[in-house]
Amino acid sequence: MYDIAIIGCGVIGAATAYSLSRYEGKVVILEAENDVANCTTKANSAILHAGYDPEPGTRMARLNVEGVAMAKEICRKLDVPYNQCGSLVLALAPDEVPHLQHLYENGVANGVPGIQLLSAEQAKAMEPNLADTVAGALYAPSAAIVSPWEFALAMAEVAVRNGVELRRSCPVTAIEKTEDGYILATPTGEVKAKYVINAAGISAEAVHAMVGKPNFHIQPTRGEYYLLDKGEGTRVGKVIFQCPNELGKGVLVAPTVHGNLIVGPNAERVQGNDTACTADGLAFVSATARRSVPSINFGESIRNFAGVRANVDRDDFIIEETIPGFIDLAGMKSPGLSSAPAVAEEAVKILASHNALGTKKTDYKDGRKHIWFKHLSADEKKKLVAENPAYGRVICRCETITEGEILAALHSEIPATTIDGVKRRAGSGMGRCQGGFCGPRVLELISRELGIDPLDVLQDKAGTNVLVSETKQGGNNNG
Amino acid sequence: MVDLVVVGGGPAGLAAALKAWEGGLRDILILERDKELGGILNQCIHNGFGLHRFGEQLTGPEYAGRYVEMLKDTGVKVQLDTMVLEVTLDKKVHCVSKAEGYQIIEAKSIVLGMGCRERTRGAIGTPGTRPAGVYTAGAAQRYVNMEGYMVGKRVLILGSGDIGLIMARRMTLEGAKVLACVEVMPYSGGLTRNIVQCLNDFDIPLYLSHTIVDIQGKDRVEKAIVAEIGPDRKPIPGTEMEFDVDTILLSVGLIPENELTKQAGIQMDPHTKGAYVYENMETSLPGVFACGNVVHVHDLVDFVSGESELAGAAAAKYIMDGPVPEGRVLTLETGADVGYTVPQYIRLEGVEKSVNVSFRVRRILHESKIVVKSGDTVLAQYKREHMAPGEMERIALPRVLLEKAPIDTLSVSVEEV
Repeated sequence: MYDIAIIGCGVIGAATAYSLSRYEGKVVILEAENDVANCTTKANSAILHAGYDPEPGTRMARLNVEGVAMAKEICRKLDVPYNQCGSLVLALAPDEVPHLQHLYENGVANGVPGIQLLSAEQAKAMEPNLADTVAGALYAPSAAIVSPWEFALAMAEVAVRNGVELRRSCPVTAIEKTEDGYILATPTGEVKAKYVINAAGISAEAVHAMVGKPNFHIQPTRGEYYLLDKGEGTRVGKVIFQCPNELGKGVLVAPTVHGNLIVGPNAERVQGNDTACTADGLAFVSATARRSVPSINFGESIRNFAGVRANVDRDDFIIEETIPGFIDLAGMKSPGLSSAPAVAEEAVKILASHNALGTKKTDYKDGRKHIWFKHLSADEKKKLVAENPAYGRVICRCETITEGEILAALHSEIPATTIDGVKRRAGSGMGRCQGGFCGPRVLELISRELGIDPLDVLQDKAGTNVLVSETKQGGNNNG
Repeated sequence: MVDLVVVGGGPAGLAAALKAWEGGLRDILILERDKELGGILNQCIHNGFGLHRFGEQLTGPEYAGRYVEMLKDTGVKVQLDTMVLEVTLDKKVHCVSKAEGYQIIEAKSIVLGMGCRERTRGAIGTPGTRPAGVYTAGAAQRYVNMEGYMVGKRVLILGSGDIGLIMARRMTLEGAKVLACVEVMPYSGGLTRNIVQCLNDFDIPLYLSHTIVDIQGKDRVEKAIVAEIGPDRKPIPGTEMEFDVDTILLSVGLIPENELTKQAGIQMDPHTKGAYVYENMETSLPGVFACGNVVHVHDLVDFVSGESELAGAAAAKYIMDGPVPEGRVLTLETGADVGYTVPQYIRLEGVEKSVNVSFRVRRILHESKIVVKSGDTVLAQYKREHMAPGEMERIALPRVLLEKAPIDTLSVSVEEV
């Protein structure tokens, strides 16, 4: 019997696990996918919003501003790529300027630090590549960019190190209420827990429906993106938003913590986790982005992707216990990523009110270090390779990721088991050749290190096998 | 301090190093990132290499092997499994390997021969889902030819670049069904001989002016939707065809791999996506030369070798005789229907008898001529029966002709007659 079962290990589940791992209570995370952070958390704008968007007085407003401050500290402690680059919301016509004023007042009311209204000239001085149509901007210095999957992964890793149990490829298929808690059915057996946290993202409504009639409705909303090569990564230095509309925060242009430029998203209602890109969607994204930054060179695109966010039929985040012992952390639309650590603390409060946490651990092992070979100085590189020659073999040429980094990913606290799992941890395959060169070499390392037959190595989710059979000569071709 | 560091031990680096040795240099070091010399030739197990260079048909590994053999009789040093991380303005080469650790090698001259990489799905923005089963043709070639694994059973090839054509045949010979090759342009991007030998001979249809408009499938590719492209370069509604495939191979162009070059501050040509080079393949950084696919993408390795020998000889000359003497510099400009030229600059003092100029045309031309002009003066004309973007053109410009140029600009254009 676990004290707490968390369903879902996206950023909300991971942050909750990280918070709960400080206590003696026995916690298990059940993740349907074969890796953590493999749905909404891996495919979004990678922005930690400052917090001027939510209406003052809402839970979302409070948790956004709190969460983004907590995230900064967590990223520092857990060595997660993070850059507080600030953001600008643009008015692209004089009639949009009043909207900036509204956002500014929101921000002040929400306690967003340091926000200012800028004239067109001030905005252009900050970001020379902005369109000439810019009529004004709202500057928020506390906005940041982050590696969203590593943020979630890092928190999950520390949780696991401190005793939280993580089960991947473990979808919950049914939930039964019992006298002293819940029985969760999974393909690999039953899991019993006194309390359940529903952090199932776009599946949160379906999970809730396993125990009772949902009082909210999730409407998965797809956003499509461009990721551009590093030559475009300095096109802007801050996150550039347009004035938000009823569909969301609109199309943004931003640097990424990995040095690329991200452009997107649109917003389209879809069924389930439909992450296909469409010609129309991408055309809309590029055309809309050019209104902010006309000089973006989309010829430098290295990847398109789409993510689905858990939009919901309520204006605020859903953090509630409408069924005793079953706590929803649902409807985590934007700014869900920014709010995640604060959302987790809300869950902690609810559990504390039931005395479900246990006492605080005295031997808690926090902190984390991620070695990025390419970011080291020449002397540090020299020293590292001398200590561990695996760092002397570059596997991913585009991103300069070494064998040492890939081995670290394959033997980490939540080991990568797939090519994309290695990509999310070590950064291989994220560059301009998109794994064309390093893919076969990463596959070989996965096979060798984890003892998986090459034919069984996956690109990403279950069923995404890279290879289908041996050739007529098999591996003998190469002598 | 090393006389010459050659970055890359593929066909370009091998030919450059060998020629520099023959030119009298005795302190040459090749840095190769892979476990063996030969570069991409090692996975090109088909034949067709070497017709120009050796007068016979060789496979890729055989072609590379010839150079590796020739190199054995020299004192050229080779360091394998070594990745160059940075080349600095003062010609320090930072590299790393398991065996030698992190090294900073000071070079008197450098030849850059990093080759090129394939364009990906992200570069062309093909809509649809992102399942496994979409590979660049070169990545698939590596799995099939080097690792001994098949990447799919029912295949569609997107793009008609040479590697895609070669892989259409290779996958067929390995028992896969290649349903079609689709090319967005109205002409093929590959060599005619590859269209004939790799598609026609196996009854694989080539759809010109077509592209994939949707990739479907959750885990592996399940379907590719192909449509005809209209003159406005947009898909024509109603022309969609469905292909039930589990694999899509992309052969949609190659891009010179110039991260080191750019980082070193060497001036780049936006047309070739390689460095600007002079008549002897020297870049804007004196004593640093570039050759092969890192300068511009070639069709035939034989021409890579030729160009790289020029670079190797020039590096040797640079060390032993000093820089090319100052003098008149001609700038080559691209005229009508010419996409780029290599070299982009010619120093007359660097030309002995003549200089080869390579270029690509932008469209198919029949019965046409290449015109080299300086101002209004026509310096030379060359007749061609057929020119296509998929086939590199080369002309030799004699020094005596260059000296007649009234102004310091040459333009190369093509026109139908």
